Amino acid sequence: MGNTPKIEMRGICKAFGKKVVLSGVDLDVGVGESVVIIGGSGTGKSVTLKSILGLLTPDSGTVKVDGENVIGMGAADRERINHQFGMLFQGGALFDSLPVWENVTFGLLAEKRCTREDAPEISIEKLAMVGLNADVAYLMPSELSGGMQKRVGLARAIASDPEIIFFDEPTTGLDPIMADVINDLIVKVSREVGATALSITHDMASARKIADRIAMLYEGKIIWQGPVADIDHSGNEYVDQFINGRAEGPIQMAVRA
Amino acid sequence: MTMNPFQPIGRALLNLFAVIGRISTFAGSGMMHAVRPPYYPRIVLRQMVDIGFYSLPVVGLTAVFAGMVLALQSYTGFSRFSAEGAIANVVVLSITRELGPVLAGLMVAGRIGASLAAEIGTMRVTEQIDALTTLSTNPMKYLVAPRLIAGLTMFPILVLIADIIGVFGGYIVAVYKLGFNGANYMQKTMDFLTFEDVQSGLVKAAVFGFIVALMGCYHGYNSKGGAQGVGMATTNAVVSSCILILCSDYVLTEMFFSK
Repeated sequence: MGNTPKIEMRGICKAFGKKVVLSGVDLDVGVGESVVIIGGSGTGKSVTLKSILGLLTPDSGTVKVDGENVIGMGAADRERINHQFGMLFQGGALFDSLPVWENVTFGLLAEKRCTREDAPEISIEKLAMVGLNADVAYLMPSELSGGMQKRVGLARAIASDPEIIFFDEPTTGLDPIMADVINDLIVKVSREVGATALSITHDMASARKIADRIAMLYEGKIIWQGPVADIDHSGNEYVDQFINGRAEGPIQMAVRA
Repeated sequence: MTMNPFQPIGRALLNLFAVIGRISTFAGSGMMHAVRPPYYPRIVLRQMVDIGFYSLPVVGLTAVFAGMVLALQSYTGFSRFSAEGAIANVVVLSITRELGPVLAGLMVAGRIGASLAAEIGTMRVTEQIDALTTLSTNPMKYLVAPRLIAGLTMFPILVLIADIIGVFGGYIVAVYKLGFNGANYMQKTMDFLTFEDVQSGLVKAAVFGFIVALMGCYHGYNSKGGAQGVGMATTNAVVSSCILILCSDYVLTEMFFSK
């Protein structure tokens, strides 16, 4: 315990072919803390997240979870580490061949923490946590609206009581009201399960709401990080430009070239 | 401008080896996961029904018409030197050794290879495969291994049924159109047929089933981009499994009958 961060990233580099995406990301996420990584599209936010999850292997650098380096670890250890993760994917990534209840309890069933007989009931409990009623459990994901799919995705992410939850652009593609509902839910459920949260987004309203601390990713590096209260007087012109959404400033978008 | 003429040849060759290597590791990893726990009997069963049972109409129709055409064509040929008696022999040997496995393989490559690639490819581009990993489930074990098992086991059964239906198709034409005696025809069919004929066809079927499932899974699993990527994966899966079926058919025939 004490001052070992839950997640500790040091010098993460990743390139796809000649395209360098990450060039030395350093970031700590404390136990129980909610950190939001902000940054423009294509700045490597998703790659950072996937490097921690083990979906991508960084070219160099270390990722420590509870002080244990997870890069290059064997499949069995990796699985053990992944047991404590939950993730909300950008598009929900619900399994469309399975009903909602089986989606929600998929992780629990895989880890044999519940039986198929109990699964529908457990899923209804989890769905209630994200404000969905019991009827939804027996629908197929394709029968749900975008906002409901996000909620089911959230229910699935928290179902196995993870210690760390990752949120990949949780509000993208939702209307402002639904986005706010999801933000509230994220804050609520992460507190309820007492999880550490790491989110990536480019939605500042969402970032302000769910973050304890914000880190900005630009050109493959964390260029600023600090408490959410400091974001408006960060003294960093890149951050200022981003949070105010100005086209003019030090960040040049490739589209205008 | 000078260009080294060997450069593009070398590059293509290296790419070819790289692809062969990738597919082999993919197949090896899939099979390894198939024999190691945890198992997913529910999913294996569902895939068996999908790949086996629902392919029956397609395979059955293909087989019955193949048998009928075969009887008709061999009659045209054999009647020129009064060897009509050999029709039963030709039909049963062609069906069990070649046409059963190959035609069923090609038809199912279109049906199953395409749907496997499209399904797994869509799961890839919608991050469902990543989601499996975060939910303590190995996608190779959950998605690929059950489909490989289903392909490997259901194909021989399908082909056995296709053999029977194909011979029956030949029988119909021989008896009702060409005026053969039914009992006589069946007798001749059974007389000529050896265990090895059927067995070789079934071994071929298992190999073809594995190829179709492997190509569908491999191309789907490695699809990139959005709808276009999935479309390309589907095309590649069908084309590559058809070509591999025909190539491996020759190799297997050599192995079985060259001695």
